[in-house]
Amino acid sequence: MTTPMTDSSTADATGSTAAARAVDVWKVYGTTEDTRVNALAGVSAEFERGKFTAIMGPSGSGKSTLMHCLAGLDSISRGEVWIGGTRVDTLGDKGLTLLRREKVGFIFQQFNLLPTLTAEENILLPLNIGKRKPDPEWMATVIKTVGLGDRLKHRPTQLSGGQQQRVACARALVSKPDVVFADEPTGNLDSRSGAEVLQFLQNSVRDFGQTIVMVTHDPNAASYADRVVFLADGQIVDEIFEPTSDRVLEKMKTLDTFGAA
Amino acid sequence: MFRATLKSLLSRKLRLTLSAFAVVLGVMFVAGSIVMTSSMAKSFDAMFQGINKNIDVQVTAKPKLENSGSDTASALIPASEIAKIESAPGVAKATANVFADGARVIGKDGKVAPSFAPRFGSNWTGEDDLIQLREGRGPNAPNEVVVDASIAKALNFKVGDTIGILTLQPKKEFTLVGIFGYSGDRDTLGGSQVVAWQLPVAQELMLGQKDVYTDVQLQADDGVSQTELKKTIEGVLGSGYTVQTRDEVNEANSQDIQQALSFVNYIFLGFAGVALFVGIFLILNTFSMLVAQRTRELALYRAMGAARGQVIRSVLFEALVIGVIASVVGLLFGIGIGFALGSVFSNFGGANIDLQLTVPLSAIIASFVVGIGVTLVAALFPAVRASRIPPIAAMRDAATPDKPLTKITSIGGAIFIVGGALMAWGLTENGSLWALLGGVLLVFIGVALLTPIVSRPIVSVIGRIFAWSVPGQLGRRNSARNPRRTAITAAALMVSIALVTGVSTIVASASKSISSAVGDQLNAELIVSGQQTGPQPPTFDVATLDKMEQAEGVDKVAAFYVGPAQINNKQSYLAAASDPAATRELIGLKVKSGEIDRIGPNQIVVDEDTAKDQRLSVGDQVPVQQVKGGAENYEIVGVYEQNDAFSGFMAGEDAAKNFQVAQPAQAFVKVEDGASVKDVEAEIKTLLADSPEVNVQDQSAFIDQITGQFDTILTFVQILLALAILIAILGIVNTLALSVIERTRELGLLRAIGLRRSQTTRMITVESVVISVFGALLGIVVGVGLGAAVVQALKSQGLSEFALPWGQMGTYLVLSVFVGVIAALLPALRAARLNVLAAISYE
Repeated sequence: MTTPMTDSSTADATGSTAAARAVDVWKVYGTTEDTRVNALAGVSAEFERGKFTAIMGPSGSGKSTLMHCLAGLDSISRGEVWIGGTRVDTLGDKGLTLLRREKVGFIFQQFNLLPTLTAEENILLPLNIGKRKPDPEWMATVIKTVGLGDRLKHRPTQLSGGQQQRVACARALVSKPDVVFADEPTGNLDSRSGAEVLQFLQNSVRDFGQTIVMVTHDPNAASYADRVVFLADGQIVDEIFEPTSDRVLEKMKTLDTFGAA
Repeated sequence: MFRATLKSLLSRKLRLTLSAFAVVLGVMFVAGSIVMTSSMAKSFDAMFQGINKNIDVQVTAKPKLENSGSDTASALIPASEIAKIESAPGVAKATANVFADGARVIGKDGKVAPSFAPRFGSNWTGEDDLIQLREGRGPNAPNEVVVDASIAKALNFKVGDTIGILTLQPKKEFTLVGIFGYSGDRDTLGGSQVVAWQLPVAQELMLGQKDVYTDVQLQADDGVSQTELKKTIEGVLGSGYTVQTRDEVNEANSQDIQQALSFVNYIFLGFAGVALFVGIFLILNTFSMLVAQRTRELALYRAMGAARGQVIRSVLFEALVIGVIASVVGLLFGIGIGFALGSVFSNFGGANIDLQLTVPLSAIIASFVVGIGVTLVAALFPAVRASRIPPIAAMRDAATPDKPLTKITSIGGAIFIVGGALMAWGLTENGSLWALLGGVLLVFIGVALLTPIVSRPIVSVIGRIFAWSVPGQLGRRNSARNPRRTAITAAALMVSIALVTGVSTIVASASKSISSAVGDQLNAELIVSGQQTGPQPPTFDVATLDKMEQAEGVDKVAAFYVGPAQINNKQSYLAAASDPAATRELIGLKVKSGEIDRIGPNQIVVDEDTAKDQRLSVGDQVPVQQVKGGAENYEIVGVYEQNDAFSGFMAGEDAAKNFQVAQPAQAFVKVEDGASVKDVEAEIKTLLADSPEVNVQDQSAFIDQITGQFDTILTFVQILLALAILIAILGIVNTLALSVIERTRELGLLRAIGLRRSQTTRMITVESVVISVFGALLGIVVGVGLGAAVVQALKSQGLSEFALPWGQMGTYLVLSVFVGVIAALLPALRAARLNVLAAISYE
């Protein structure tokens, strides 16, 4: 009743209908003039509903920080962060907990499956935590899409890396979040397993209208997205729609020289 | 989420088993004490009900002194009253008995057999359905006696033997004419020893008077209820008698037994307290480490929307499961150990009590409350810390930086100061034991919280001793790596060693104070005394006293008679001096005011402090009620200076006749100049041959005898220590095992770059020894501090000297090295056996 969130399908105060939005976000580390580092220096970006967006940039460009701030995992120094109609940066621990429970899903580089639970139990964990009943139809759809039907009773250690990450993807989707944040989801996978996972993410956007924001440094992974946003030195420097891996690679090369300059 | 918690719990069975062990032990002692005492109490109740089944009403006399123990000799029923009872309406049969504690049988070795139960002297009333002669016959002459089978078996007596017995009178010899037992093939009733004579002999020896009895047992006429008969008898007798129905007698007996068993409860609860207190540290540490290891998992819960409360509840739920399991296991062990010990006690000396296993609801409730409570309390801090893990920790490589120690140090300092203040208050005259114990507890907690800040420098110094090789240096660095963890692990050992060092310090100081008091003040070379084992003090034949005085080489003898008395309306002890002037000289008393060399009849002297407390001065009259005789007024004729050797009220020899035993209990002997102390000692020894409960000693042996009483306390505390050390070892094992798991990758790396197995083992062992020596050092320091505080507070009460138990302190330190080595065995083995390849790729 006292949740600070409004219905996310409605537009926020500025009339935007983006799934996630950053408005002039600054993230500053250090307190004195000498030690001050601007991890994010006035980033403004919108992440459209039902789209697959990749955030790219060289190491230290602030791409992970941006994602953490968008997801409400990290505090910001200045600016505004919105998820749907909810302003995230002003939420307290309770509000953030509810936000993570209902509006956000995560996919990690290290999979982060609980080794003591079966694949199915891992998938259902977010619902259990929120004490929600799974929607059986949606559950079946997710499992079918992930293609794990016969391995649901297995423990993570009995699954390959790709299978584990697909379980993690299913876990992120099962609670029907507004946005799924994926942090280098293919970083620990070989190219074939990585391709499977990325295909799955792409399908979930195309078939179910899921919104995905993915941080990656792999041009090939970025080519599965609808749009790639490039970060360097804490600022958005460029973006590409309908990317191919060659175009992304090209862009990254210029960014590297840009960063080095 | 509970399902996930439960599953992660199951995957860490071994670690949790280790930490639950302390709770199991604690609960076991709690449940064991309750089960044992209630089982024994129930069995004794059944026994008494059997003994008393033919009594409808019992009459006893009220003692002249309240709370003076079982001084049955002072509560006597004269024959004239028996006649009144017999003729009262409704009385079918009245049996008057002599049954009094204090008949000490001398064994064939000339010594009195020790006994934990009463030693009754009685009149022989013949066989009945309870008492059955096994051999011989009843006593038919004044010099004949019968004994129960437990005495005959323990001391190896046969019918026809001559048997010496100490009673109110010095040793008397009798011919053993019969041995009896009890129905149900019992040698004794609950461990008591009984000897029986003809009635007049029993009256003379046990009660000191003719024609008196200790109790009368009545059977009612048909149709007269117990309560009716009780009313009638109360009407017949005056207010000086207690009249009880059978139920009331049984109830009173049952309460006596429970009282007697309560000391067992205290011992067990002491064990439980230590086990649980040390256990809290163990559980706290285990949970802290598990939470640290599960950082990623807990952050994942938070990232998926788990609230802080849910994380706290999930950790506490784990603690709850452990608490419940530990309580159940502890309760089962407790029932087993309680029943086993109960069986041992109740069959002691052929008592053959049929022990009825009783598990009262209180045992079950106490087990669960204690077991679950302790586990939850210990898990609370780690649970709160778990809830503070930010969800972002699921993304980063764990390793949340160590928070600065300022907060924990200031809290620890505050708790330490509050605890110290509470302890100081508890040690003052207005303070209570609970304040003292609470203070000590807080001091321990305070020190435990302060430990992390001191651990870094001290651990680094200790570590240097072992750091002469590369593995040693690695081990030293590892033990300094996580000061909180090292500190809490060491704290468990600290608590146990501090306890025993504290008690040892007090004991050493007390011993030194006593020996300096005796050495400085006593002007007597030889002391005759004994240790009290029953209701009466050990005494010797008054005739020996005259012989001692006349013995060759003896200059002076100062002897005391002692006993309880009500003086100036306060329960107290009275001493009667055979020769006040000699007493002043030999004990080294100094006159403060009045006169203490001559104390006539109805005159009394007292020490300075007691006089001040009770506002008494020379010339005052104080009422004195002894065990025998009526209340009399005594005049205070002198006040002597406060000293470390002797205090309290002292009367002249005339007061001795009203003690229960009119025999001297202690004598100080001054040897003539030039005479050989050894020769005089030997001479007095021969004179005391018939008084086996006392012996003659020179000053150093006397000091040993007094300070030897502390050995019991020390032994008890050292058993506590052993238990606590066991738990502390488990704590170190647990910490090391978890560290080894945490550092799997690092260990693999070390092995990959050439660290040998033996070197790995040595590295872990050094870490373990450093932690354990650190704990022992802290414990010794804290223990000496606690001991010094107590000694300081009791300075005015005779603890004038401070001494450190160097030998024990050294032993504990050496012991801690072994503790460290033992604790390292398993974790080191595990670390050495790691598969190098698997370890490097371990996550």
